[in-house]
Amino acid sequence: MNIVNLFKIALRALNGNKFRGFLTMLGIIIGVAAVIAMLAIGQGSKKSIQDQISTMGSNMINVRPGTGQFGGVRQSSSSMQTLKLEDYEAIESQGEYISAATPEVSSSGQVIFGANNAPTTVYGVNPSYLDIRKYTVSEGSMFTEADVKASTKVCVIGQTVVENLFTNGEDPIGQTIRFNKIPMKVIGILTSKGDNTMGMDQDDLVLAPYTTVQKRILAITYIHSIAVSAISEGATEDAIASIEEILRQRHKIGIGQEDDFNVRSQKELISMMSSTTDMMTVLLACIAGISLFVGGIGIMNIMYVSVTERTREIGLRMSIGAKGVDILMQFLIEAILLSVTGGIIGVILGISSAYVVKNVLMWPIDIQPYTIFLSFAVCSATGIFFGWYPAKKASDLDPIEALRYE
Amino acid sequence: MNTGQKREIIKVEDIKRDYVVGEEVVHALRGVSFTIYEGEFVTIMGTSGSGKSTLLNVIGCLDTPTAGEYYLDGISVRKMGKNERATLRNRKIGFIFQSYNLLAKTTAVENVELPLMYNPTISAKERHSRAIKALTDVGLGDRLNHKSNQMSGGQQQRVAIARALVNEPVIILADEATGNLDTRTSFEILTLMQKLHQEEHRTIIFVTHNPELAHFSSRNIVISDGRIKSDTYNDEIKLAREVLETLPKEEA
Repeated sequence: MNIVNLFKIALRALNGNKFRGFLTMLGIIIGVAAVIAMLAIGQGSKKSIQDQISTMGSNMINVRPGTGQFGGVRQSSSSMQTLKLEDYEAIESQGEYISAATPEVSSSGQVIFGANNAPTTVYGVNPSYLDIRKYTVSEGSMFTEADVKASTKVCVIGQTVVENLFTNGEDPIGQTIRFNKIPMKVIGILTSKGDNTMGMDQDDLVLAPYTTVQKRILAITYIHSIAVSAISEGATEDAIASIEEILRQRHKIGIGQEDDFNVRSQKELISMMSSTTDMMTVLLACIAGISLFVGGIGIMNIMYVSVTERTREIGLRMSIGAKGVDILMQFLIEAILLSVTGGIIGVILGISSAYVVKNVLMWPIDIQPYTIFLSFAVCSATGIFFGWYPAKKASDLDPIEALRYE
Repeated sequence: MNTGQKREIIKVEDIKRDYVVGEEVVHALRGVSFTIYEGEFVTIMGTSGSGKSTLLNVIGCLDTPTAGEYYLDGISVRKMGKNERATLRNRKIGFIFQSYNLLAKTTAVENVELPLMYNPTISAKERHSRAIKALTDVGLGDRLNHKSNQMSGGQQQRVAIARALVNEPVIILADEATGNLDTRTSFEILTLMQKLHQEEHRTIIFVTHNPELAHFSSRNIVISDGRIKSDTYNDEIKLAREVLETLPKEEA
């Protein structure tokens, strides 16, 4: 039997029952559209979280002092003084897979300009900080290594600080602001980055040379943490291993002893955040999958009724020369055509509703091509799977009985 | 009638057909033999339960006999499988049913094309032109794209006849083909069948329970209790066309 003819036969049969065909497809349309829209929303929120994390520097590594015991009392990591400037220097000079590193010391307090004041945090860093944390300077310039060496009282400020202090529209560049009574000259303004994933304002900060913060503000010799960037996201693991080795050696930590420091990468944060959205995506996909399954049962239901209703037609087709396999193929093709057409409409509807969600609800969406292929494959398989039984039933009919059927 | 030189279209030899219904064996055919030659118009008659339907099913290759031989156009059918018989029906037989059995909501042309759809050797173009020709032959050349539900019973049966002709069968099997039609339309259909027989020399088997119709065929076989009761040739064939003229004209 000619497959082209079989398609024509199936198409003509479907053409005779357009409305019923549409009703049958409806289940598949809704199922596929739901799968695509749900996955688009799920993937979208995952992607937006990942994007936000990578604006913080996806290849960034943080080294903090570990919690140690001091006279039997476990101390918080921020009060530990085990991380030294020499540790940073060792990591910078000996560490492998590392592109940049900066020591970090920070202090919170009020920053004052004229009559305005605002709470903020001053970070003492070196110029590499910009690359590591993915900041850029929009106006003025970053301080230099020379400023670090000389402990110059200069700073670069974030957009929030600009808004809080310079309310009269003055040009901040060249102005002197005060932090804990220490005057610092503003030499640059950072480009705004907005809030991070945790809702923290990434523009509410003052950057100054770490030497300045250490000596003039905090009066300490140790450092709070070290920020390192690996040469690439993929090299993060190797960079962490290298840093750990250097620090264990420097801190004289023997085999089997607990580290007195912590090395963390953004990767852990990403995987933690992703696992939540992944779970949500799976949940949404499950619900959508169930509706696709119900759509498939709808096809089977209609095809089954259709076979009974068209018993005489089947008898006639057999009497004029249709073989069992011709009848089987006809009904199978009808089921597949219904589910594939429903699938195509569902894909279009799913993508459009995802864009409606994006534009009306302002939710992030991300349509992965694989979700389209997947739902398409599933609905074709649904057509074959749920079309098979009714088609088999039709092809097994006896032509004499079928012709006599009332 | 000299039939010695003619092609044997149907040859049944001592055909028996038994059915098992529960514990009982029903002998629907108890040994039937006859030969139908090319160009004959045979009516097969019998009351219900006489076995004529079973005989029709066997001749139509829808069923196989329990015993005996059946040759259709010289081909032995008895040992054929389902698929082989389906192909044989497709190439050699044209069926006409009492209830037309047209596809619903389908145009006349598409209905007539149907048997050729199951014949992969015929191209779409040839299929279409043959369907149009068959419809023109039965007088429906102006109704090619009418859908089956837009036509009268007589027109539907004409479409069914065109469908039976389109595959150029060696035999046309009509099963109570006028059973659902009023008298006038019945004679119109009968006129068409006689025309096919006399002008195109088609071989036709017309199964019916209406004894009147025997006057219009060239041969009449009567079945009773699974056996042939009589097999007579009709030398004075009445013309359905003439009867039609005597009927009062109905408002169209």
